[in-house]
Amino acid sequence: MADNVDEDSPDRIKAGDYVVLKRGDIFKAVQIQPKKKAMFEKQWFLPDTAVGQLYGSTFDVAPGGILQPRKPKDTEDANEAGTDNRHILDDGKSQKLTRDDIEILKGQGLKDQEIIQQLVDNSSTFRDKTKYAQDKYIKKKKKKYENTVTILRPSCRILAMMYHGREPGKICHMRYDMLAQMLTLANIHAGSKVLVFETCAGLVLGSVMERMGGYGSVIQMFPGGGPVRAGVESFGFPAHFHDTLHEFPICHVNALLAGTLDTACKDPPAGRGQCPYFMFFFYFQAQERKVKLEEKRKKLASAAALLEGRNADGLVIASRFHPCPVLLGLIQFLSPSRPFVVYSQYKEPLIECFTKLKERGGTVNLRLTDTWLRRYQVLPNRTHPLLLMSGAGGFILSGTTVAVDDSKPANSQRAEEPAAKRQKVDGR
Amino acid sequence: MRGTRARATAFRSRHPRLPANGCSVEPAQTSRDRRPTVLAMSFVEYSDLIQDGDVAIVYLGPESMMPVKVKQGAQTQTRYGVIRHSSDLIGRRYGSKVTCSKGGWVYVLHMTPELWTVNLPHRTQILYTTDIATITMMLELKPGAVVCESGTGSGSLSHAILRSIAPSGHLHTVEFHQQRAEKAEEEFKEHRVDRLVTVRNQDVCKDGFGVTGVADAVFLDIPSPWEAVRHAKAAMKRQGGRVCSFSPCIEQVQKTCEALVDQGFEELSTLEVLLRVHDVRTVYLPLPDFGPDETAPQTSVALKTTTLPREMPGHTGYLTFATKPRT
Repeated sequence: MADNVDEDSPDRIKAGDYVVLKRGDIFKAVQIQPKKKAMFEKQWFLPDTAVGQLYGSTFDVAPGGILQPRKPKDTEDANEAGTDNRHILDDGKSQKLTRDDIEILKGQGLKDQEIIQQLVDNSSTFRDKTKYAQDKYIKKKKKKYENTVTILRPSCRILAMMYHGREPGKICHMRYDMLAQMLTLANIHAGSKVLVFETCAGLVLGSVMERMGGYGSVIQMFPGGGPVRAGVESFGFPAHFHDTLHEFPICHVNALLAGTLDTACKDPPAGRGQCPYFMFFFYFQAQERKVKLEEKRKKLASAAALLEGRNADGLVIASRFHPCPVLLGLIQFLSPSRPFVVYSQYKEPLIECFTKLKERGGTVNLRLTDTWLRRYQVLPNRTHPLLLMSGAGGFILSGTTVAVDDSKPANSQRAEEPAAKRQKVDGR
Repeated sequence: MRGTRARATAFRSRHPRLPANGCSVEPAQTSRDRRPTVLAMSFVEYSDLIQDGDVAIVYLGPESMMPVKVKQGAQTQTRYGVIRHSSDLIGRRYGSKVTCSKGGWVYVLHMTPELWTVNLPHRTQILYTTDIATITMMLELKPGAVVCESGTGSGSLSHAILRSIAPSGHLHTVEFHQQRAEKAEEEFKEHRVDRLVTVRNQDVCKDGFGVTGVADAVFLDIPSPWEAVRHAKAAMKRQGGRVCSFSPCIEQVQKTCEALVDQGFEELSTLEVLLRVHDVRTVYLPLPDFGPDETAPQTSVALKTTTLPREMPGHTGYLTFATKPRT
């Protein structure tokens, strides 16, 4: 028995882990902390009561917020069913249980499966419904009365779906298939040096890091005072991944490009005179500040060292900022023959980027694209597409750098071919 | 010899003298002239300079590229003239502009799986980058992942998988067509990724992937994927993993979903992804002439906008994803 536990140990939920809670298509990222409550789908419970269980397990939320492992569901009984709904009257009176009755049942501690069975038994029209209508009815009741939570390991896929469903505004309304396209078009892989500029709560940065597996380096270019990385934590990366993550404030980009950025230590040596006793407090505060500033300077210097060679392997931009100046500024840090990808919620700024890059030269294979995603319900005799998810998804501009030719005139010999010519893109 | 041997044999088991440490086996006919393993250009690692033995992309213009095997002393004909590998390519930086003999020029690009996908020789219908990108994310591919794939086909997806799982993962790919399996094996070696992949010439529906309990992800692109679902389950790790099946027809999808449910897979999700390419252009819209009007001097307005192609690719296939729970 002890052997089994050791073998499964990496798959067990531990205190301090970053996990994702799931019910149906709803996700939420939380950190498991002792005695800390989590609110999910209008329920409070204690995630740390799941510590020691396996990832991927489903739990019932018992009274008190305790999570109890759920037994695998039994096969449903074959119910008597009708053929069509021609005689079924929708008068709102077919369910014999009232709201109060249901509340009483809940109070008695009945499990969700049992409540649903009660509803089925007390419905005068249930057995007249077709098998499909019965399935649909049960599915609907499950959604309403379900009292379960599944605990998952975080991944780019799950977090991208979560952010898109819960807080799309935080990620510039980037749909998860668009993120998938970006990661592939930018050829993100282990061992490369990638620049990321994003205001997507760290989702894009974390996804890039996941695809690099802790190899190579990622430099986060950030606006303002400090890098935002809340989303990165949700991935639950091992500590050594953070050694590959650097940051560089964009307010120093011009200086770095001009070669005038000074990252040398400027502090005068600390005085060695005796400090009066009562000055110790202020001394320690000043020392702390000095240590923090030194750390900041070191980080700046290491990031600058990685950037000044202008030999990065990839560039990913996804922000609320106008992409044009961001792209034109940061593309200078890339080696020739390397991919770059720019995401924007809107098409027009990317049209501008496209035009400016054509004028500037030094890029090939420029493409402005978006993707259209459609999900399907696949059930015997009931297969059809679900809601269409076009619209809010955003656009991507992708391309490859080449050696910039100073002598090349603005109208190159390779003008865009007319659109009438069939483009070799996806599909037959 | 090849025609009579049983198909269900991994290539490396045919040559027991060679080390069985994951490196692929060369058919007896190839030359003994093995190149030293140099940390050079490969599909899974960038390098700065073009070297002998690299597979590079020559860019001639928009939608006009060709793959080139760089070789000392070789030449490549293009419509802009001849490119002499020794003087024009080897030692130059990737991304450089190369002038050809007739005076025209091209760019030489570093290979990526995406460039390979649009330039590879087709032996079968292939998967394109849009589907590949979706598959990569939804199967949660990352460095170190172990992946099983069938069929190998022309290797479009295979190269993309290798890029994502390098340097510590492994791809087990199964192809039932002997010549295609051999060609894929050759290409992986030429592209310097053979240490990361094992090609097996067998029928996945009958004989599975050749490994059990090791895969984090399984991908199926075969005519009857429902017949391979149980093999997919066997190949996957006990702790669980992700599976994907790609099928052009909805009937195939229905049968596959049934098989997945029967085998205990969860979180089934079927979707399709389509790419729209926006063509950036300047259009001129004429203004109406309502008669003399001082305030409207122009006759037309220039507008920078995008248009969509007349014919948009509408369907490649349905992607069905599922999760294998712990067993």
